[in-house]
Amino acid sequence: MDMANYLMLIYRDEAAAESMTGEEVSAPYREFMERRGDHLRGGAALEPAGTATSVRKREGGDYAVTDGVFVESKEALGGYYVVEAEDLDEALEIAKDIPAPFGGVEVRPIRVLSR
Amino acid sequence: MTRAAGTSVPSAVADAHRREWAFVLAATVAVAGDLGSAEEAAQEAFESALGAWAVSGVPRNPGAWLTTVARRKALDRLRHAAVEQRALPKLLPEAEPEAGDDDAAAFPDERLRLIFTCCHPALSEEARIALTLRLVCGLQTGEVARGFLVSESTMAARITRAKQKVARARIPYRVPSDEELPERLDAVLDVVHLIYTAGHTAPAGSSLTRPDLADRALELAGLLRDLMPGNPDVAGLLALLVLTEARAAAREDADGRLVLLEDQDRTTWDRAAIAGGVRLLEEALRGRGRPGRFTILAAIAAVHDQSADWAGTDWAQIVGLYDALLDLWPSPVVRLNRAIAVGFAEGPAEGLRDLDRLASDPLLVRYPYLAAARADFLRRLGRREDAALAYQEALVFAGNDVERRFLGDRLAAL
Repeated sequence: MDMANYLMLIYRDEAAAESMTGEEVSAPYREFMERRGDHLRGGAALEPAGTATSVRKREGGDYAVTDGVFVESKEALGGYYVVEAEDLDEALEIAKDIPAPFGGVEVRPIRVLSR
Repeated sequence: MTRAAGTSVPSAVADAHRREWAFVLAATVAVAGDLGSAEEAAQEAFESALGAWAVSGVPRNPGAWLTTVARRKALDRLRHAAVEQRALPKLLPEAEPEAGDDDAAAFPDERLRLIFTCCHPALSEEARIALTLRLVCGLQTGEVARGFLVSESTMAARITRAKQKVARARIPYRVPSDEELPERLDAVLDVVHLIYTAGHTAPAGSSLTRPDLADRALELAGLLRDLMPGNPDVAGLLALLVLTEARAAAREDADGRLVLLEDQDRTTWDRAAIAGGVRLLEEALRGRGRPGRFTILAAIAAVHDQSADWAGTDWAQIVGLYDALLDLWPSPVVRLNRAIAVGFAEGPAEGLRDLDRLASDPLLVRYPYLAAARADFLRRLGRREDAALAYQEALVFAGNDVERRFLGDRLAAL
């Protein structure tokens, strides 16, 4: 069967996450990537939401550049993976395996442009 | 081919639609590749039956005829799409079923796959209910919309979104593994129970019940029972629906007034249904593991069904069953029902005490049955003014006209 790709967006409460050291956070992720390496097609951890800059095109054609994330929320996007899976059930099983200790994971199918 | 005497073709097609829709659709999904095109192909098959059966008679096995035609139509669509794309070779070999062929090889029964796909936990509860009624029960979108008091366009959009999610997120078309089964089956049973609940007492409108929805829920529970005969939780759900439905005729008097369990004429209860429901319950209780939510609810229904009269109801046993249910399902509505049982087991003051503890629960703030239960215990305690306030509160939130009339009558009689 052909495979599908899913973007897994990892959200976290940044204030809570600060209570852990870098190593405490990253060790479980390394273990996850070893377990699920076959399915991972990409991914990264992001700098905190406070470093974000949003760019939006204005009606006149110029740009509004603002400090901060596009959509404010209690839990901010902290990282992502691109995962290859057979179907949503397999994708969800992998999503449950992502450590994400201060939040959770949103699973979004990556659109297939022409089938 | 047999030409059934006295049966018109449209009614034969309607009958086949009611009995065979889910089978035909489920067997077509595997060929079509997605729910949407399978649904269109199945619909076309039923449409062509109207013409074909008028000419050649109603086939001996309408389900096999319809499945053959629906699968062929799905193949035609795929071929058509492949020709348009040119790059793709023919996906499947040419199938040549005669349009009148009712001697088709037995198709595998794929209805469980269809049910588990429609009730996948990645879909919202609303979407699961809508998809199940539309795709498993074959209801028209307008019928589903009326059952849940939304406009037809809202329901159409809800069903379309749900089908798109199934296709685009790749919700798989399969029966879950043994490991996943308990959790996934629970979602299915919930959908059937919610459909029954909406049919048993319509959330709003002029009639107490929606028999169409209650019947569909009973059929769904019966279908699950046929497809998963050894499963105790399925037996428990079917037992619950059968044991509850056995009392349906006694719930309204000749003038369409609501009759509470306390005042029902128990001679009108369906004794054969009760006996059947109790057998199912006993089977569910013999199953491995602890009894599921619906099995416990069925046991409560059976206590009522088997009591000779209201005074003889074993309320202590019912309270105990609600305690067991709360362990599995700590929901405010279960607590409410337990409090009501306490009121009949120990007395209205004790029932009221437990109900008042629930008053601040945000999920019950607009729930008419909390105010109605308080009103009833206050009435029994002779606290007329407090009871009147509680009946008025219940009337604010109750949407069903038959229940509203009942509450109004009780208020007037204080």
